[in-house]
Amino acid sequence: MSVDRETVKRVAHLARIRVSEEEAEALRGELNAILGFVEQLNEVDVTGVEPMTSVLPMPMKKREDRVTEGGKADDIVANAPLTEDHYFLVPKVVE
Amino acid sequence: MSELTALSIAEIREGLRGREFSALELTNAYLKAIDAANAALNAYIVVTAEKALAMALASDVRLGRGEARALEGVPLGIKDLFCTRGVHTQAGSHILDGFKPTYESTVTQNLWDDGAVMLGKLNMDEFAMGSSNETSYYGPVVNPWRKRGGNADLVPGGSSGGSAAAVSAMLCAGATATDTGGSIRQPAAFTGTVGIKPTYGRCSRWGIVAFASSLDQAGPIARTVRDAAILLRSMASADPKDTTSADVPVPDYEASIRESVKGMKIGVPKEYRMDGMPAEIEAVWQKGIEWFRAAGAEIVDISLKHTKYALPAYYIVAPAEASSNLARYDGVRYGLRVEGDDITDMYEKTRAAGFGREVKRRVLIGTYVLSAGYYDAYYTRAQKVRTLIKRDFEEVFAAGVDAILAPATPTAAFGIASMSMASPVEMYLNDVFCVTANMAGLPGIAVPAGVDSSGLPLGLQLIGRPFDEATLFRAGQIIEDAAGRFTPQRWW
Repeated sequence: MSVDRETVKRVAHLARIRVSEEEAEALRGELNAILGFVEQLNEVDVTGVEPMTSVLPMPMKKREDRVTEGGKADDIVANAPLTEDHYFLVPKVVE
Repeated sequence: MSELTALSIAEIREGLRGREFSALELTNAYLKAIDAANAALNAYIVVTAEKALAMALASDVRLGRGEARALEGVPLGIKDLFCTRGVHTQAGSHILDGFKPTYESTVTQNLWDDGAVMLGKLNMDEFAMGSSNETSYYGPVVNPWRKRGGNADLVPGGSSGGSAAAVSAMLCAGATATDTGGSIRQPAAFTGTVGIKPTYGRCSRWGIVAFASSLDQAGPIARTVRDAAILLRSMASADPKDTTSADVPVPDYEASIRESVKGMKIGVPKEYRMDGMPAEIEAVWQKGIEWFRAAGAEIVDISLKHTKYALPAYYIVAPAEASSNLARYDGVRYGLRVEGDDITDMYEKTRAAGFGREVKRRVLIGTYVLSAGYYDAYYTRAQKVRTLIKRDFEEVFAAGVDAILAPATPTAAFGIASMSMASPVEMYLNDVFCVTANMAGLPGIAVPAGVDSSGLPLGLQLIGRPFDEATLFRAGQIIEDAAGRFTPQRWW
């Protein structure tokens, strides 16, 4: 399986990373090298094998449904580029 | 270089309690050493001198009152991937510019609770993606080891290159690191230090910047097996804030170290003998086998038949998980923001400016293999191969093998920029012996075992049963006893 430049640009958009035409071309080559490398996984017989969904078998931990923290809005916005009244400010989202 | 910085953690512990020197003197000695070395080695991104001195003073008070904790006064370096409250934490990346967490990672909190001192944040490959510490926004780290008679800068390995270089060059007594596909064990092998990646779930991942959530694991890099055992005991804990952290009590790892290995079954996997493997790597592996035989262990030939598929499966699973974990870096809540005409424009420009080349490559591969139409062919298949890789190990352990002995890396440290023209896949091959342990969730330790013909360190690796780090320390000590300590000659 290999990718063309259009696919690279589509994937870049999915990942929300701007790529220029030159970068798309360079990435196409690199991504194809990686995809070529992983192609060998098709040699493996995986009939009847479950995909690994949990590294070590363990029941999902749950916590008590209690409010144990909060009231630290200052901390939460402390590292933000632009905030106002504990809101994160961003450019227009909806037309 | 002051003799204080040459002391191991075990020796520091004794020296401080015996009041031979103070925690303040020790920390000052390290700060001086860092000052003299960091321009050349670039191991530290940030040195927290004031904080370190304050912590050392507090340790001296405790020592004076006879209230010393497990790591009282021990100066450590912290990989930039660990959130340290109020201190630079950027995972070696530009996209987390200016980020100072308002919280502390569980692992580092455990260390401070045991009295350790923070010297600073250590350089690393960006978002832990790399095997040479050449992808950091802060520039490459230089290995304190050089080829005999040479003066070219070599890589320390990665992604925990800063951690390994700092420990090796005696710029900290020990360091925290993380390992997703070999990032503790490979740099440890390249720098003649000891590094252990514990079982998945042994250390909490809370407060560690995530790369691949099913593979990441924190662990120590130190100068000796004993020091690594001491550090791991403090780092590990069951943490309710990390649902993947295991509720398994932390044993006293140091206690296992002098236990005999008579009768221990050491597995030697035939599939790790790769085509074109340098003769020196094979030779150090054979030496390791002889050392275990001489110590009374039984050598067992084993087969881990899906070994060769671990690396390609890793390069689907890890980037896939990374593409999800790195989606949060969008310029909204923290880090770099590049202004845009609308929100999408801002996201795209911020991420293009903030992420380095290797990170972009992996996020794109990850996004591709998870996208509609490709998910089953790539990601699901890789996760099935992962089950088979794990099963190979389970069968071997069920047959009575206690630990598996293998090389840690396919070569010794290589030159900085020497792989800049190579395909990304060539760089990935550095992880070939290490990724299997991450894919199976098993603990793995790298211990220096010899030097190559240029005088560069070579490490051996032991892979163990889940939560049986004690056996790895016990067996690792056999290698250290035979091979000795490895100290680079100071050229800086």
